[in-house]
Amino acid sequence: MAELTRLTIAEARDRLRGREFSARELAQAHNLAVEKARPLNAIVLETADRALDMAEVSDKRIANGEEGVLEGIPLAVKDLFCTDGVRATAGSRILGNFVPPYESTVTANLWNAGAVMLGKANMDEFAMGSSNETSCFGPVENPWRLPGNGSPIVPGGSSGGSASIVAARAALGATGTDTGGSVRQPASFTGLVGLKPTYGRCSRWGIIAFASSLDQAGPLTRTVRDAAIMLTAMSGYDPKDSTSADVPVPDFEAALGGDIKGLRVGIPDEYRTDELPAEIAALWQQGLRWLEDAGAETRDVRLPHTKYALPAYYIVAPAEASSNLARYDGVRYGLRVKGEDLVDMYERTRAEGFGPEVTRRVMIGTYVLSEGYYDAYYLQAQKVRTLVARDFENAFEHVDVLLTPTAPSEAFAVGDKSDDPIAMYLNDVFTVPASMAGLPAISVPAGLSKSGLPLGLQLIGKAFDEETVLRTADVLESAAGFEAEPEPWWEMTQ
Amino acid sequence: MVGDDAVIEGATGSWEVVIGLEVHAQVISDAKLFSGAATAFGAEPNTQVSFIDAAMPGTLPVINEACVAQAVRTGLGLNAEINRYSVFDRKNYFYPDLPPNYQISQYAQPVVGPGMVRVDLEDGSVREVGIERLHLEQDAGKSLHDRRPDATCVDLNRAGVALMEIVSRPDLRGVGEAGAYIRKLRAILRYLGTCDGNMEQGSLRCDVNVSVRRPGAPLGTRCEIKNVNSVRFVQQAIDYEARRQIDILEGGGEIEQETRLFDADRGVTRSMRRKEEAHDYRYFPDPDLLPLELSDAYIDAIRAGLPELPDQKKVRFVEQLGLSEYDAGVLVAEKEVADYFERVADGREAKTASNWVTGELFGKLNESGREITDSPVSPDDLGDLIDLVADGTLSGRLAKEVFDAMFESGRPPGEIVEERGLEQVSDRGEIEALVDTVVGENADKVEEYRAGKDKLFGFFVGQVMKASQGRANPKVVNDILRQKLD
Amino acid sequence: MSLDKATVSRIARLARIRVPDEDLERLGGELDNILSWVEQLGEVDTSDVPPMTSVVEMRLPKREDTVTDGAYPEKVLGNAPESEAGFFVVPKVVE
Ligand SMILES: [Mg+2]
Ligand SMILES: [Zn+2]
Repeated sequence: MAELTRLTIAEARDRLRGREFSARELAQAHNLAVEKARPLNAIVLETADRALDMAEVSDKRIANGEEGVLEGIPLAVKDLFCTDGVRATAGSRILGNFVPPYESTVTANLWNAGAVMLGKANMDEFAMGSSNETSCFGPVENPWRLPGNGSPIVPGGSSGGSASIVAARAALGATGTDTGGSVRQPASFTGLVGLKPTYGRCSRWGIIAFASSLDQAGPLTRTVRDAAIMLTAMSGYDPKDSTSADVPVPDFEAALGGDIKGLRVGIPDEYRTDELPAEIAALWQQGLRWLEDAGAETRDVRLPHTKYALPAYYIVAPAEASSNLARYDGVRYGLRVKGEDLVDMYERTRAEGFGPEVTRRVMIGTYVLSEGYYDAYYLQAQKVRTLVARDFENAFEHVDVLLTPTAPSEAFAVGDKSDDPIAMYLNDVFTVPASMAGLPAISVPAGLSKSGLPLGLQLIGKAFDEETVLRTADVLESAAGFEAEPEPWWEMTQ
Repeated sequence: MVGDDAVIEGATGSWEVVIGLEVHAQVISDAKLFSGAATAFGAEPNTQVSFIDAAMPGTLPVINEACVAQAVRTGLGLNAEINRYSVFDRKNYFYPDLPPNYQISQYAQPVVGPGMVRVDLEDGSVREVGIERLHLEQDAGKSLHDRRPDATCVDLNRAGVALMEIVSRPDLRGVGEAGAYIRKLRAILRYLGTCDGNMEQGSLRCDVNVSVRRPGAPLGTRCEIKNVNSVRFVQQAIDYEARRQIDILEGGGEIEQETRLFDADRGVTRSMRRKEEAHDYRYFPDPDLLPLELSDAYIDAIRAGLPELPDQKKVRFVEQLGLSEYDAGVLVAEKEVADYFERVADGREAKTASNWVTGELFGKLNESGREITDSPVSPDDLGDLIDLVADGTLSGRLAKEVFDAMFESGRPPGEIVEERGLEQVSDRGEIEALVDTVVGENADKVEEYRAGKDKLFGFFVGQVMKASQGRANPKVVNDILRQKLD
Repeated sequence: MSLDKATVSRIARLARIRVPDEDLERLGGELDNILSWVEQLGEVDTSDVPPMTSVVEMRLPKREDTVTDGAYPEKVLGNAPESEAGFFVVPKVVE
């Protein structure tokens, strides 16, 4: 059955429809793979029985010719999504055994399209992190390891569990969320495709909030086509989310396969930093040539406020988080630590419930919003954000899509950056600007580093123009021909 | 013109009491401001709570369009500027009846800007009270502190219900003005149908800002008294607070700006034990919502649908119905009274209708401690009674008797008149017979009258009326007596 | 600029997170590092720039005034650490 876990979503879908195997068989194979992948610590709650139940329903629907676009496809769900009747933790002790009595819109859309839930994926606590080391369930391991070196490396974050389980061939795809790069950076670190749609494309209803003005759900998959298929199912206007965009959802898969002759690809000068490792600069250059070979024109563009996007992000996101996370107080759900009085209960509950990175960000957020500091920090950051967004608008007057590296490094060893917050934050230096501007962006696996780890390239598009992003990504993917896979060491450890 | 109570004599001279009010008015709507849960009063605990109201993780607010319309309607009713662009902010503070631990409110950019309310004072003068702003915000839930000795119980039914916070300028002086302002504001809200004004149920709650100063001096330091829930309590709180501040100042002390609570049992204000440290609410625009943008067309449509408000109604009553300023003022002060009166006056003589309502009806209502809304006499029945007088069926004196019976029994005037046989007799033949009898029996008095003792005419009228048991139409009696005697 | 213990303690209090005295200095140092780093934003001239209010061009959607939600107290209270007779229960609040 191992064969079944190596399919893409598109292949599995076609072969399910061709009755080559049943959804139940597909689910069983994945349940088994999830179990074997336990050493990765990628899944915090396995829902094997539910997967089988859902698969049986899928088989009936396929038999009746009523299948949805993801009928029978086994997926993992980041534990930031509320799933009716299934524990949701956001990777935090503070949620305790919270069982939401409601379903997030994105997961509801997936289930309506026929997808099957394998389990809830580990993540950085409240999606705050770039290495998946801040989860209350412990760090997630990247299925990739340095050849000849057994020491664990991070899968990136915050959707590290989602990335890890898909890269380990134990789920055909997974949902992630991307606030400043949390889908794209782990995709780059694990050799996957990770897509962050335009802000407003996917409903935020039922996704535990980190930073409301930035959070977007997105798929982690093995191919661009799979990302397109998942995004089509996940997207759509939702009257329950005031920031959801009332725009039509195209069939994103249909956008693939077209040629990109004459497509104008921008290369932002400001992303060529001195710190950029030579091999990543070279891969970026290679990516450029691939697109040119396919008929695209490349142009240099200027995004002058790029260097300020990251510090602005580290004001805006913590500020919103400090307020969004105020609800975790031990009153209505989650952890409660007894105290001498109400305030003491609040303070003990939150001290014990939040890990160090969340505490740091809540404190920073509280500080930058507090009296006397609001203008200098928060207001200034939101103004800089306007400038970052204007940079992109100006650039998109001359180009259709931008090509950049996804991350400034390959995946690093567990523990490498965990005591230097700013070094960790710099992981997001290339992903954050698009987040700040709400633009769609994708990471495509483009090659291996000298040490043998995957590296991704990022494409950034105009608002609601995921189609151009996907079409270009499809070309990039074909040209790169990234076929490498991690050795399944985790299967041996049991 | 300043009310008598606006200046307090201290030991060292007089002090002016300066008051500003922040009124929280619950918006009339079926559902909450940002969720689809119900707003009805008095439901079982936590039965009118959505996942949004309980701040469950991942839930999001979506604004109720009717609440926006109500705020705009109220702003227009307060002669205020409507802001085409306003912003919802989060006001961050921890409290167990505030589930997200922030309140969605409007801070720097409220939906309604400056306006003005005309307040009629006891002495007949009018004070124009500035409205600084009106903004929409969420109500909190309810904490019950005495249900358990060791714990507080929290009911979120009210959490998320829409409130309008209406902030006045510090234009009020003295308890009389403060009371008149609240009553006027309440009347406007009720006319507009945007708040039921029910203070007992908490639909209208006041935060009172009080400071004192030497007349003409700059504003003093103020204290804010939170959540006072009746006009009487507002007045008591102001009175107590003003005197407390004067005592401190006269004793050489300084007023500390603070939030205080009114203890209704003891009639005093006291410092809140729970000092909200630093009052640092960390306001910022709610990223779950977008700015609220209103078009001119939208505002104009609401303006076109506004009802006649008390000030306009008063002008019409005076100018078109010929009522006195005073009567008109009394009749428009409460929407229910104005509605009642207009129903009575419809197609009738306004002055007569006004006299009946402000005289007989108010007297009876006062006596029996009832509101006009539960008057046993309906406006239609009162109108019928007035018609019976106008068409001569009832004399004025009998009409009052009938009205008393109507108030007692709630029955229509026709029934009472018929049952008691109270119809006025206007039949000339019948009255002529009575006149003949009276004239015949009093031949001596007839002589005296004809000899010039004019005053005796009243005697004859009285005798005829008595003989008719009060039912004879006095006009007809007069008429026939003149014929017979002159 | 440096974040003294009193400031860290005030922020912790505002955020309702208990920070033991012995951790104040370390945490202050960490926050200070981050704040010093973000302060480079001060270099940007934003005098005529409006703050971002929404990344996508949209108007605030509104819901109809109808009761569509609620009436499930058991779900509302289902995850509560302590509840009684339909109420959430918290340590006694003194006003
Ligand atoms: Mg206020
Ligand atoms: Zn308020």
